[in-house]
Amino acid sequence: MASIEMRNIVKQYGDGFPAVNDVSLDIADGEFMILVGPSGCGKSTLLRMVVGLEDITSGDMVIGDKRVNDLAPRDRNLSMVFQNYALYPHMTVFENIAFPLRLSKTPDDQVRRRVTEAADVLELQEHLDRKPANLSGGQRQRVAMGRAIVRQAEAFLFDEPLSNLDAKLRGQMRTEISRLQRRLGITTVYVTHDQTEAMTLGDRVCVLRKGKIQQVASPRELYEQPVNLFVAGFIGSPPMNFLPATVEGRRLETPFGAMELDDRRAAAVSGRDLLLVGIRPEYFEDASIVDEAKRPHGTTFRARVDVTEWLGDQQYAYIPYDAPEEVQNQLRELSRELDSEALRTQAIVSIDSTSRIREGREAEFWMDSRKAHVFDPSTGENLTRDAEAGAELTRLAEEDRQEQVEEARSRGESISGGDRRGAEVA
Amino acid sequence: MSRREKTWWIVGGIAIIIYALFPIAWIVSLSFKGPSDIANGQFLPTQLTWENYSLILTGAASDLFLPALRNSFGIVLIATAIASVLSMFAAYAIARLDFRGKKLILGTALAVAIFPVISIVTPLFNVWRNIGLYDTWPGLIIPYLSLTLPISIWTMSAFFREIPWEMEQAAQVDGATTWQAFRRVIVPLAAPGVFTTAIIAFFIAWNDFVYGISLTSTSAARPVPAALGLFSGASQFVDPTGSIAAAAVIVTIPVIVLVLIFQRRIVAGLTNGAVKG
Repeated sequence: MASIEMRNIVKQYGDGFPAVNDVSLDIADGEFMILVGPSGCGKSTLLRMVVGLEDITSGDMVIGDKRVNDLAPRDRNLSMVFQNYALYPHMTVFENIAFPLRLSKTPDDQVRRRVTEAADVLELQEHLDRKPANLSGGQRQRVAMGRAIVRQAEAFLFDEPLSNLDAKLRGQMRTEISRLQRRLGITTVYVTHDQTEAMTLGDRVCVLRKGKIQQVASPRELYEQPVNLFVAGFIGSPPMNFLPATVEGRRLETPFGAMELDDRRAAAVSGRDLLLVGIRPEYFEDASIVDEAKRPHGTTFRARVDVTEWLGDQQYAYIPYDAPEEVQNQLRELSRELDSEALRTQAIVSIDSTSRIREGREAEFWMDSRKAHVFDPSTGENLTRDAEAGAELTRLAEEDRQEQVEEARSRGESISGGDRRGAEVA
Repeated sequence: MSRREKTWWIVGGIAIIIYALFPIAWIVSLSFKGPSDIANGQFLPTQLTWENYSLILTGAASDLFLPALRNSFGIVLIATAIASVLSMFAAYAIARLDFRGKKLILGTALAVAIFPVISIVTPLFNVWRNIGLYDTWPGLIIPYLSLTLPISIWTMSAFFREIPWEMEQAAQVDGATTWQAFRRVIVPLAAPGVFTTAIIAFFIAWNDFVYGISLTSTSAARPVPAALGLFSGASQFVDPTGSIAAAAVIVTIPVIVLVLIFQRRIVAGLTNGAVKG
């Protein structure tokens, strides 16, 4: 086990295109770090540079106090789970898992013991004699993980390991990975474009955009104190709503009425012209249901509902609004970058599932202004980010992690204990 | 598929099988005919006889045939083995590595493959005589490599390209050197390709006539196809048709056996289950 330290890592391809641009990232020993971003943001390239499958153009890659830039993958002692598993089809499951041990010339009895242990953890005992071709997707995935955990690697690297599984299995395997990581307490770097995985698995999440780090923070900090428009739009599903706004003193004029700001945020936005207000769907509510005590913290407005989606436990309403040309272009650009296609400017709001608001009618909504962020539309910068509050969230998450790791270590190798833990963590 | 269509497919299939197998059946039938039967115009021999086979295996023609058979086996197997190993390395490099002159190598291989053999046989004859390779095993193995290597490299690199690159990367991360990854992961996965290539190379060398007849003069190195051309009848008035037919049947047997043995290895789809599914 070791920490991983990246200092000003750059990856430039032959045509001069920088896939990874000046990335510096410290991953602590035992930490679960997520690399996330839309396709083409350089997250996989970065992971492959850690493991040594991709050359580093410039910068230092330090694993456990040793600079590994010029080491071959086999000398870095890392284990990796590939997106398509990359199992060896001509070997049995046993030999697949044992392969790293065979290469290191481990004695036979030790190989058998360690493969059996790994198979126990992953519940693969009855499949050890089968060939990968005869296994289901989830079983193959577990074999790939078995191959990773069978030797004492410095760190685990996952390259979108769940993207080939169906949704239900993905949820299960996510829990399993989380449980395993906590139990083994091993440094883990996990690449994904799925933000559910990013939010649930990571101690910290590193959001990348076009090869550059946007923000590294705990999932909570990313969600509550995003550093810019990109992170705010990427984290959260349905995504954050961005409304055009103009400043008038302490008030922001939005298509959904005026919004009062507190002193800190008012100071941050004063003297600006056109702005974007970011409000998460759950900060909206059907005005008729809102708690009287909460009502003064926000504003109410009337709007026509385009579509509603009732999901049982929650309900979404889509409210179209008009935006100036320049804001529309900005938002369209952003959604293209986030791999989605916003055809019209509309707000997605989450309302109580018992709400009787109907499609095509006008309805009254309430909007909580306390947690709204204000962004500069040209630079995308979050003008109202509270860095201290954010850092506090990440610090709390770090404390939680330390506690969990301690607990897992004191519990030792008990598998059933690990099981219960895993369920809680996920 | 309608019934009518199906019938046509069956009829067509049978026609093709007859077209392809009739000459072979004829050769087999000829090999069992006695001298008086040969020209009687009937398909089946009036009386089955092993005369032709005993003539070439133990009789007068055995001096010509048996050493030729031994030469053919030896030379062709060595040439095939060398071609397979060399083309395995070459194809791996072509499929996996980026190096200058890759296109040139593939282009040259193709050019060599389509170059008419007959045009280099005369200069080769002179060169071989001067450097002492004429009428020796290496004197045939080397030209056979020039026939088999290009096609082997082409087919094998196609097989190597099919293997997911992640396989090899996974092996490297697991702690394998490039050589270990090649030997323990890539080669086993490419085994069907290796066998297919080896069989194609074997056929090409086994069937060669031009080099065989031009670069040998005695039974020291003369291969079977060349020896067949030198058969003579029991007397100068008898055509050696029967014994040639018998020899032809015998040289066909190894080819058939080879295909039957490796048929199961030449199935594609060994990589099933390597990646997602």
